[in-house]
Amino acid sequence: MFESKSAGPSHRTHIRAGQPWWRIDWREIWEYRDLLALLVKRDLTAIYKQTILGPLWFIIQPLLTTVVFTVIFGRVGGLSTDGIPHFIFYMSGTILWNYFQGVLNHGAGSLVGNTGVLSKVYFPRMVIPLSGVFVNFAHLALNFVLFLGFYVWFMLRGSDMNPNGWLLMFPLLIVQCGLMGLGFGLWVSALTIKYRDLRFALPFLTQLWMYATPVVYPASLVVTPQWKFLLWLNPMTAVVEFNRYAFTGRGSPDIAGLGLSWVVTLVILVSGLLLFNKVQRTFVDTI
Amino acid sequence: MTEPAISVRNLSKCYKLGTIGRHTLVDEAQYLWHKIRGKDPREHFSKIGHTATEARRVEAEQEGNQEFWALKDVSFDVQPGEVIGIIGRNGAGKSTLLKILTRITEPTSGEAFINGRVASLLEVGTGFHPELTGRENVYMNGTILGMKKREIDAKFDEIVAFSELEKFIDTPVKRYSSGMYVRLAFAVAAHLDPEILLIDEVLAVGDMEFQKKCLGKMQDVSESGRTVFFVSHNMAAVSRLCTRSLVLINGELSFDGDTPDAVSKYTAISLKAEACASWSDKDAPGSNGFRLKEVSVRGIDDEPVGSVDIRQPLCLKIRFSLDRDKMKFRCAMALYTQGVCAFTTIEKEEREYLQAGEHCLLVRLPGNILSEGEYLVGVSVFASRGVKSHFCRIPDAVAFHVSDCMDGGSARGDYAEGLGGVVRPNLEWVHE
Repeated sequence: MFESKSAGPSHRTHIRAGQPWWRIDWREIWEYRDLLALLVKRDLTAIYKQTILGPLWFIIQPLLTTVVFTVIFGRVGGLSTDGIPHFIFYMSGTILWNYFQGVLNHGAGSLVGNTGVLSKVYFPRMVIPLSGVFVNFAHLALNFVLFLGFYVWFMLRGSDMNPNGWLLMFPLLIVQCGLMGLGFGLWVSALTIKYRDLRFALPFLTQLWMYATPVVYPASLVVTPQWKFLLWLNPMTAVVEFNRYAFTGRGSPDIAGLGLSWVVTLVILVSGLLLFNKVQRTFVDTI
Repeated sequence: MTEPAISVRNLSKCYKLGTIGRHTLVDEAQYLWHKIRGKDPREHFSKIGHTATEARRVEAEQEGNQEFWALKDVSFDVQPGEVIGIIGRNGAGKSTLLKILTRITEPTSGEAFINGRVASLLEVGTGFHPELTGRENVYMNGTILGMKKREIDAKFDEIVAFSELEKFIDTPVKRYSSGMYVRLAFAVAAHLDPEILLIDEVLAVGDMEFQKKCLGKMQDVSESGRTVFFVSHNMAAVSRLCTRSLVLINGELSFDGDTPDAVSKYTAISLKAEACASWSDKDAPGSNGFRLKEVSVRGIDDEPVGSVDIRQPLCLKIRFSLDRDKMKFRCAMALYTQGVCAFTTIEKEEREYLQAGEHCLLVRLPGNILSEGEYLVGVSVFASRGVKSHFCRIPDAVAFHVSDCMDGGSARGDYAEGLGGVVRPNLEWVHE
């Protein structure tokens, strides 16, 4: 079985100390695209094996969250929703937030959670956090179908919602959301190597973060300029707010805020990529 | 001359001490606190490591060193088609070297060039997911090891046939027995089709059948002109497979050459005894006028050898000087292996030496008598006329290694697996 000459181009590997910190071998990651695809497939199929409801959990989870938010923040708390039907308001925020959080968590655990494999065999480690972007995108797609269903139903019942041109930007918002989750995930993953505390702090921090994002309240609730700036500095604010605006024509779309959120997203993403790339080279020594 | 398959230049790996074991902010704070109070913070964090290298690292830490070199300035070339063994004791840097060559971690300094597609078998079954079926895991494992999906598509039937798991290929692997698990994992690894195969000794665990398959596979690989880089402290396997070997001692490359020489070097280190031991007049052991000058293991050409073929005769030689005329005693030698005494050979009667000065005694061992492995030779010189009196006794004078090269000419014939026993006479089986 070793007779056949391998078909690929001759492989030359140069191993040396102190690779420049800015060099990320994208070509190598591309070489491992099949692994990326399989990791995505594995995560999508393996999680729900031996569960009764299976992939239905993808739908039940955001649905229940939306119901809880509607009851607690909408009915009991009586928070404004800018006149958007409560269910649509909370659901639109929830599914995007879930996507962001899913990518973030996947990335955050990519090094520490896979030490077993990573200390035994080499493949570009970046593949693991990248796979999280796609796995969670599949979850998001399912959730979005659910959302569309409710959206159309509310429209047919005559709710006052005005979808507009910003809908064209919707795919871009999804991309931004994924990149943001990836960027922060890479940061946390790299920092967790040194400080394991982050593992315990992360669920708590993301929950706080969600309440700092206009998921359960509209951005219009924040009026003082200083707080407004802080709100829009959080890159998720723009994603959630613009998404709502695109579908309903209500809310407070702030173009400057969107620009700012893209700047923050790209800064976090690029710095995250570089930091992760630096840490992954020798992380098995410290783990 | 062709380009080397692996070229290693001044490769070093240093672990910084003091950064180990501080994984949380609390630890970090404690570390600082200890520092501020002027105590040695390392005291607080020194603990027994879980790997061989780490144990050495902790040792270095306790000695107060700030850094620890797991690998120091190692250079060598491996030509395509060569089967090269890396031997050394636990913690000598073997695994670190392999980890660098497989790119699991980066060197601290130096560089390495690898020409050709590399496959590493540091552990079979890496990345198996219990919930996935055998089929899914073949793909998963294959891509983790660096195969493309279409390559696996092309070889899938071959892999399944090799594993003999056709019936269970769509069953989740968590339902597999451990034997089935290993079979599937190895089938994937065996079909990697690499130009360079890096193998760690962890592969040598598992049942006999599996080991045999592994070793057989490595032989196949080397015979088809591929390069094999075999890391082990199983001398028998190294002797059998590798023509050339490197010996690592405390992270440094101490020997690079023919396997038999490498094995004797390793034997000498691990048993703390050489194939030839000699003493100067001043520190010669012995009493009552007897002084031991030299003990050696010699091959058929009368040269000291540390590694001998199982079929070759060898001789044990002892040289000593006497201070008086007319001394009378006898000499005995005991051969220890696998923690027991294989046998003792003794002069049948006491010998009388009429003249003072240097004398030499030797005893010949025929071929096909010792088993494979390391032997330690103990020497004893005594007289037992009336009260037993010792002239000299050294339990670990010299050491040597016996290897069985598996070409069918030795007592094991064509049997490739382990054979028990401390002796291995070549006996004839007859059918009546």
